[in-house]
Amino acid sequence: MISVQACLDGILLGILFALIAYGMALQWGVMNIINIAQGDLVILGGYIAYFMYLYGIHPAWGVIVSPIIMYFVGVGLYKLVINKVVDRDLFISILATFGISILFMQLMNFAFGADVVLANSGYGTTFLFDSNVVLPNSKIFSAFVSIIFAICLVIYMKTSKLGRAIRATAQNARAAKILGVDTEKVYAATFGINAALCGVAGALISITFTIHPYMGLPYTIRSFMIVIVAGLGNLPGVAISGMGLGVFEEFADYILGTEFRIGSVFLLLVLILVYRRFKLSKKREYLK
Amino acid sequence: MKIRNFIITFVSAIALLLSTATISFAKVVGDKIVLGAAVSLTGKYSSNGVHTQNGYNMAVDRINSMGGIKVGGKTYKFEIIYYDDESNPKRAAQLAERLISQDGVEFMLGPYSSGLTKAMAPVTEKYGVPMVEANGASRSLFTKGYKYLFAVLAPANLYLDVAIRTAVELNGGKGVKIAQAFEQDAFSQDVRLGILDAAKDTGSEIIIDDKLPKELNDMAATLVKVKQMKPDVLVVSGHTKGALTAIRQISEMKVDVPMLAMTHCDAAKLSKQHGKNAQYALCASQWHKTLTYKDKWFKDGMTYDADFNKMFGYAPPYQAAESSAALLVFKDAFERANSFDQKKVRDALAATDMQTFYGNIKFAPGGQNVSKPMVLFQVICDSSGKCENKVVAPLKWASAKLIHPVPKWSER
Repeated sequence: MISVQACLDGILLGILFALIAYGMALQWGVMNIINIAQGDLVILGGYIAYFMYLYGIHPAWGVIVSPIIMYFVGVGLYKLVINKVVDRDLFISILATFGISILFMQLMNFAFGADVVLANSGYGTTFLFDSNVVLPNSKIFSAFVSIIFAICLVIYMKTSKLGRAIRATAQNARAAKILGVDTEKVYAATFGINAALCGVAGALISITFTIHPYMGLPYTIRSFMIVIVAGLGNLPGVAISGMGLGVFEEFADYILGTEFRIGSVFLLLVLILVYRRFKLSKKREYLK
Repeated sequence: MKIRNFIITFVSAIALLLSTATISFAKVVGDKIVLGAAVSLTGKYSSNGVHTQNGYNMAVDRINSMGGIKVGGKTYKFEIIYYDDESNPKRAAQLAERLISQDGVEFMLGPYSSGLTKAMAPVTEKYGVPMVEANGASRSLFTKGYKYLFAVLAPANLYLDVAIRTAVELNGGKGVKIAQAFEQDAFSQDVRLGILDAAKDTGSEIIIDDKLPKELNDMAATLVKVKQMKPDVLVVSGHTKGALTAIRQISEMKVDVPMLAMTHCDAAKLSKQHGKNAQYALCASQWHKTLTYKDKWFKDGMTYDADFNKMFGYAPPYQAAESSAALLVFKDAFERANSFDQKKVRDALAATDMQTFYGNIKFAPGGQNVSKPMVLFQVICDSSGKCENKVVAPLKWASAKLIHPVPKWSER
């Protein structure tokens, strides 16, 4: 039963992380930008839900309101900063988004204060297997909402005009431009969509966990790892690697102790990268 | 050219004048004793930094309006120079250096948090500047042999010691099974060491001993273990975030444990953020307004609470109360030393033995206050859902009876 509990906890956690990683993979693939401020956008989204909660609105509405506001924040950020670094090398974009991350942290600290806060959803608890397995409904809700948003996004990317333009730009920005795609607009929309996804995730995090102005970085690192493990441009891979990492984390926590939780995830990352390299080198030999 | 020379001389003369003016301003001048303090007004400790500053200001106001400090037959008033350390240890150390060597401050008040105090103590020690601090509880501060550091609060290893002892007492003197989860930072690890000592003393057994990562947001795995192994006491310490996360997940996962003891419930505003879910949690606190300690300046805890509320518009957390106490200690030491010689004041501080509204204060050779026990309060809610913190241990100060064991979730 313990393993079922750990598995389910991990999957629910993983789905939420996968949503953030999904946004990161999207803009990394399209714009070749590693967004260090990803986690801070998440936290900002969380604060939007939190303030709705403070004003007596149920924080679950945050998953609708927060992405709308965050989309415009994202587009604004693109117009102000990101458009100047989008064609430069990766290092410049990391520096720029790192700067944005620091700025966001300080601004949120200034505006919202340094208290750790959370929004209570009032959702109950689900008991399974004779109440041996306990799942907070807020976690189930977050996983459910994350999946819906992910599916909607995949459909949107496949069917809409903007979605096609985004995919074309990801494949070859120059060719897309020649064929009449307004890449500038595509970039802005991509960054906005990423920020909106962060907004959804943030609202869910304020319902399931806690938020604090300086808590963004762990989310950035986690989503970065998920994308690395999945490989760029591999969106189903992101979902699987997100859940896999979540489950792995819970088991590592349970078996080795909480202090080795983060460490074991990093160890896994190293092993996967080494394995990839090993596979790649074999392939090369075969081709010879 | 002549005019230019004249301007340069003039400007440098004024600059020189101003610089000497600020230096002389910052010592004991006229009727003012100037203290230096770096507190976190921005950054992650800013809420508690502000409580610290408010506590200092409240005491300065009170002492000054009640006749000030009498040294050598003359009356002096307190004044504090503040800087914002941005919650950053490096910045705090720089500011200590600046307060002492540029502003000429000869006596210091502590910053908020163990980490920042740790950064500043070597600097004040180097210059032989006495520092009375009210918000650094880490045990490691008091084992380094610092001579000029004095802390009015009980050290971190005593925070939850009383919870274990109470649990053992309720168990008929037999040892209990303890589950513990502590964040990996200096403070929480010191709290953990205290629990280990208490467990050894009482013959208790530690069956779960988890270290939570700093970015702790999820302790579901620990709680699953707790559900399975059924300890008698669950102890959690991970600052505000730890307290909030623990209550949220314990209530969501319906974890039944006879006693739940934590730190930082005050700062986390547990009963406000979690309402009835926080009920029955035991919280370690340095101070509570219902304690019956008395002094001449603030009378007692209830009066302090009311006065503070009037001045700042919110109820004082213990961080503010202990900060106010630091100034009472300084005043007392100055008067006993009857001098502004740093060495003499330091010796007077070391010999402090007084009661304040915040508690008794007497320093051990390491500089920590050993004569004030920690108190435990329990979050208790009435049927309308209004929750209050009531002191339940030690028995001498208790204003309510400890509810033990905590009712099961299915019966609430």
